[in-house]
Amino acid sequence: MSIARVMLFGLGLHFKMLSHSPFDMFVVVASPLIFATLAYFLFQNGQGQSLLVAALASGVMGIWSTTTAQGAGALQTQRRLGILELLVASPTPFWAVVLPISVAISAIGVYSLAIGLVYVRVFYGVAITVHDWVAFAVSIPAAIAAIGSLGFLFASVLVRYRSAFMLGNLFEWPVWMISGLLIPVAVLPGWLQPISWLFAPTWGMRALRHATLGTGSAWTDVVVCAALSGVYLVAGSLSLRFFLRSARARATLALT
Amino acid sequence: MTNLRLLTIGGLISYRALFGWLNPFSYVITILIPSLTQLAFFVYLGRTAHVADDAYYVAGNALVAAASPSLFGMAQTVAGERYTHTLSLLVVSPASRIAIFVGRSLPATLNGIVVSIWTLAIAAVMFGVHVPGHALAPLALTIIVTAFACVGIGLFNASLGLRWRETAVIGNLILYVLLIFAGVNVPLDRLPGWMSTLAQGLPVTHGANAARQLIAGASLSHVLPLIAAEALVGAVYVAIGLSTISLFELEARRGATLEVA
Repeated sequence: MSIARVMLFGLGLHFKMLSHSPFDMFVVVASPLIFATLAYFLFQNGQGQSLLVAALASGVMGIWSTTTAQGAGALQTQRRLGILELLVASPTPFWAVVLPISVAISAIGVYSLAIGLVYVRVFYGVAITVHDWVAFAVSIPAAIAAIGSLGFLFASVLVRYRSAFMLGNLFEWPVWMISGLLIPVAVLPGWLQPISWLFAPTWGMRALRHATLGTGSAWTDVVVCAALSGVYLVAGSLSLRFFLRSARARATLALT
Repeated sequence: MTNLRLLTIGGLISYRALFGWLNPFSYVITILIPSLTQLAFFVYLGRTAHVADDAYYVAGNALVAAASPSLFGMAQTVAGERYTHTLSLLVVSPASRIAIFVGRSLPATLNGIVVSIWTLAIAAVMFGVHVPGHALAPLALTIIVTAFACVGIGLFNASLGLRWRETAVIGNLILYVLLIFAGVNVPLDRLPGWMSTLAQGLPVTHGANAARQLIAGASLSHVLPLIAAEALVGAVYVAIGLSTISLFELEARRGATLEVA
């Protein structure tokens, strides 16, 4: 019970803190505006629905962008603030401290989705018609939780690297490209498709697209998001335990 | 002589500090790989949209690749000083501001050239874009001039670092503007009139256009006006950047806001 309370409190606290960060807010606000605008000019012959999907895609791009920009370096941030050792030494399991930070980082991407939809509605007159509102409403937290869990895995694996922030950024453009956001997977080389299945944004976007257009079962994608979240969490927890033990044994937690 | 030393050695030390050059790994993962993945994203987006061929996106994104290190590298010449608490020491020093900041812009220009050439070369192989042999030298000139123009706007971004702490935000904003407005990914004739007019005053617009024409087989004399226009845009931004550095420094001194900006 106390762990759940810590996690919920951490999620709320970090969500509020990130919402006041000019850099993070820029990332989540700019991404949908930029990529929805690009989509508008590139797909001028497209219909309203394609722009609606582009707005959703640019929202997911915002979620992924903030995850790569901040999620991978989440522990580095705690180190820079001088509280990493305190957090590790506290009686709360460390994963329960890190996971809410990672999910909060992805959760501020919800602004991206909202801004993307409002933007295409107001500026391009696109009607926001959703085939299955319930599935759509469930898809959003499922996508955010899955992407946040992937951020948790990144943070855990990259904890020993001073350049974790930069390493995380490496994944921004490639995952945007292969996840079927603005670019259909069919356009890409075939060998990229199985790789895209490993990344949560692929399934988060599929869920949102299917719920919006009714072209497939969003619930299947939601289940995959949940399963991927589980895999990321287990892998991230194991990685965190390994690296923490190593850092404590060598007394390098604050130095890495 | 002092100014020459500031311009050369000062610029070099400042640039080495930017990446922590003990290890080139940071350079590879920050600059070289993202420039290629960004380009690949837009090539495939272009294939999806059927707006232009691969050469259009390869040339445009290879040229705009110089903007990223210029914008963030130059901004960091101020933000880095603030981070290490040496900005006020820099401001009270009697050193020539022109020597300091032009010196810091030289490695950034060189870096922009390297990144553009790297991106163009690798992307041309990846996407099968043929670059005629006779276009290589004019392309090199185009890249040099475009990198200079990008550093010009980077210098302006650096000056904003004296006034605002969030230089990364401003740098990203400028970069996004270039991606949309400068004809890098959206042909100018698809943009509204006001956007394509604004693009004429942005770095990369003319350089990317020149690079595309050279790849298509045009001669240097044919694209020389475009290269000259790119150089003019760069010179204007350098002048603006140096002016705003003086202006914001003066403002910071008056208001004692250098460290709280």
